[in-house]
Amino acid sequence: MSGAEMTSDPWLILLVIVPLLAAPVCVLLRSATGAWSVATAVAWSVFAISLKLLDTVMDQGVVRYRIGGWDAPWGIEYRLDSVGVFVVLIVSAIAAVILPYAKRSVEKEIRKDRIYLFYAMLLLCLTGLLGITVTGDAFNLFVFLEISSLSSYVLISLGTDRRALTAAFRYLIMGTLGATFYIIGVGLLYQTTGTLNIADLKTIMPAVIDTRTVHAALAFLTVGISLKLALFPLHMWLPNAYTFAPGAVTAFLASTATKVSAYILLRIIFTLFGDVDLFASFPLQPILITMALAAMFLASLSAIWQENVKRMMAYSSIAQIGYIVLGIAMATETGLTGGIIHMFNHALIKGSAFMAIGAVVFSTGAVTLTQMEGIGKRMPYTMAAFVIAGLGLIGVPLTPGFISKWQLVTAAMELNMWPLAALILLSSLLAVIYVWRVFEVAYLRPAPEGAPAAQEVPLSMLLPIWVMVLAALYFGSNATFTLNLAHTAALQLMGGL
Amino acid sequence: MFDWNDASSLLGLLNYWVAIVLMMAGFYTVIAQHNLIKKVVGLNIFQVAVFVFYISMGKVSGGSAPILKDGIELYSNPLPHVLILTAIVVGVATTALALALVVRINHSFGTIEEDEIQTIEHDEEDIA
Repeated sequence: MSGAEMTSDPWLILLVIVPLLAAPVCVLLRSATGAWSVATAVAWSVFAISLKLLDTVMDQGVVRYRIGGWDAPWGIEYRLDSVGVFVVLIVSAIAAVILPYAKRSVEKEIRKDRIYLFYAMLLLCLTGLLGITVTGDAFNLFVFLEISSLSSYVLISLGTDRRALTAAFRYLIMGTLGATFYIIGVGLLYQTTGTLNIADLKTIMPAVIDTRTVHAALAFLTVGISLKLALFPLHMWLPNAYTFAPGAVTAFLASTATKVSAYILLRIIFTLFGDVDLFASFPLQPILITMALAAMFLASLSAIWQENVKRMMAYSSIAQIGYIVLGIAMATETGLTGGIIHMFNHALIKGSAFMAIGAVVFSTGAVTLTQMEGIGKRMPYTMAAFVIAGLGLIGVPLTPGFISKWQLVTAAMELNMWPLAALILLSSLLAVIYVWRVFEVAYLRPAPEGAPAAQEVPLSMLLPIWVMVLAALYFGSNATFTLNLAHTAALQLMGGL
Repeated sequence: MFDWNDASSLLGLLNYWVAIVLMMAGFYTVIAQHNLIKKVVGLNIFQVAVFVFYISMGKVSGGSAPILKDGIELYSNPLPHVLILTAIVVGVATTALALALVVRINHSFGTIEEDEIQTIEHDEEDIA
């Protein structure tokens, strides 16, 4: 065996190949239950693989796979470091929890003869999201970005309301613009450096950073990815897409897709441009902090005024993306740790919240505040899960939201940005208001006349919700594991690979 | 100013001018048109501009096709061309999906004019 093959870890390619091959299998099966079984088995094996990879990355630092045996700058290289493995873990864990939940929810929301196609799309989306995280090639990343995007447009358009169609169309337009901006950026970089390998680009970058071509590339890359990330003010596609998508899809996309986009942003700023002092030569920090703060306040304010709880949570997602970007923008060890750990924490919190709302929609059809009056007594377990998730959004101690915000506030104080620390706390108060609105309607108002006494969802849906909520509570009270992981990731980003 | 081979002249940068003009024309169409089909066409023009940019980037003046043959020493770079084949496939898939969505939107809303759809959606907002 040659040296190249010895350092190649085949588990890395399996992470992408398994869901990619399983998608057409779902189509061939043409059976709803069959497709669901395949998808669930795949999600669980992918989760197992990512746990194994976590172990290897912790041990060796970086895991590589050379596609077709070609060496790095010429062939496409897959590489996974502690940042990537953290995101892979988020995506695969969320998929593994949501698929069991999806079975009943999807049976109710999607036409029976289309369900197998739904699971094929979900698997393709999973392929794309995992592919983005493991690839070390800038153009290959675009291909995976489009695989995940195209499948998520389809998933969103499968919602029961006809507005799901227009939401998917608008997301398609914005998403394609974003992805095309990204390849313009990659093209400009290729033109200047002659390479597409991200690690290779990183080493060449200091020599070419003072050219206008590279400046333009940086602008195209960041704006393109900010569109996919739904960073304020490029978030317009998100509220309707999350509101009208099927319940399981909203829960899956809200907790994975934006996190993966945040990962690309991290890669651009800290890996691609990692060897040049981007923050000294460009006003990147003030721009990102302003947008993050605008997202935190304006999106939270919008959330307060929403009648539709799904849309309320969608606006809350935009605000939470603000916290992630704020951590990235502070560009210090503590700040980055805060931003990275919030990717994980927010995935758990928002996953739980959207799964709980999906359960309410499943058994009562209620999605607006008025329809949800007194729902706390009729669906006690589901609503308890929602309330815990809501506390996580606020950042109450013992919830993971607290861990993230503590990190971010500490980071702001280390930088002597006291107003920023105050603003982080102030924006949390806005979350109190919208979470309270749901709580007040669900628990303090009487149920409407003639409503059934108990409408709790089946165990196959309740169990995944509580697995997610308990995981959130666990990582909220005992964050050593996640903090260590996020800290290692931050160090790796700051110090280079 | 009008020299093909001078990289700083107007003609020397012709491929970039073409790409930028096409790109902006497409981008403007996406933003300004209310008709969903026209938006898709605009999106296509926008993407094609990027294809043109990539394809022209790989061309070396006087370079031949990248096939090994005696007597040929200068080759064009085939990699951007291959990359753009992938991007074209992605573009076709995006267009197909967009048009499929437009068909479904036309079925459910009875129109493909964005302002009319927005009026209908706005009325539904009060119900749900």
